[in-house]
Amino acid sequence: MIVGEIVAERTFHLTRDSLVRYAGASGDFNAIHYRDDIAESVGLPGVLAHGMLTMGLAVQPVVDWLDNRGIVLGYGVRFTRPVVVDPTDGATVTVVAKVAALNETETRIDLTVTCADATVLGKAQVRVSLV
Amino acid sequence: MTLGRLMSVPVNPELQGRVFPPTAPYLVGREKVREFARAVFATSPLNFDPDAARDAGYDDVVAPPTFPVVVQEATLAQLLAEPDGGIDFTRVVHGEQGFSYTRPIVAGDELVATLAVTSIKTLGGNSMITAESTIVDASGAHVVTATSTLVVRADA
Repeated sequence: MIVGEIVAERTFHLTRDSLVRYAGASGDFNAIHYRDDIAESVGLPGVLAHGMLTMGLAVQPVVDWLDNRGIVLGYGVRFTRPVVVDPTDGATVTVVAKVAALNETETRIDLTVTCADATVLGKAQVRVSLV
Repeated sequence: MTLGRLMSVPVNPELQGRVFPPTAPYLVGREKVREFARAVFATSPLNFDPDAARDAGYDDVVAPPTFPVVVQEATLAQLLAEPDGGIDFTRVVHGEQGFSYTRPIVAGDELVATLAVTSIKTLGGNSMITAESTIVDASGAHVVTATSTLVVRADA
């Protein structure tokens, strides 16, 4: 493993169903994540994916890559741009996970998370310990 | 929910440093872990299959890395409900989120979260609140700390 190496890549397709499923699983029932009229009334470009859904799926390629070989020590993101989920076409989110730093105790994996060619999470970093 | 308020009060700077009472214990259920794992597109057998999880040394299915948000939610509700806080939740935007883990959460864990407001900053009329939820298990041992930065927009 070397710095700059891509360790995982995955594309996720989100639909309104995905948002309803995440609302139920997480307990975040903010209506901007399923009602167009409410999203519009607060000035949003449309119904948005929960930031925590984007964060939650973005780490999955790293979890799968890690498998039983280690644990996640830390994970953080900045929510820089919303993911607008069209009622018919949904939204496609792409994650690329790259080795950013290595030392004896931990490895830092940086995530590039994009939707419609725009980055949606900033400073998305996962610290892992490989055993 | 109140939309389009005529006036707003600023976030109370005295919230900084405030520590809230611990939440009621949250018992992590196996089906809840599976439900959450499906919702975040998880595919690892560790999240779904107790035998796979036991083979890997865990007592039961392992929760995905962002699962602590389910436990943290009760603490953020405490913060937003604080009578002197001045936080209008219709103006709150999630700015940043972080997790720092001692170990993964597994089904069967009984977790208690304690919220502390670590910082309040004002930037261009917006307030940025950083709140840290320390999550411990039934023995009191640290499991994970979840840190949220909430942006409270000043615009009407």
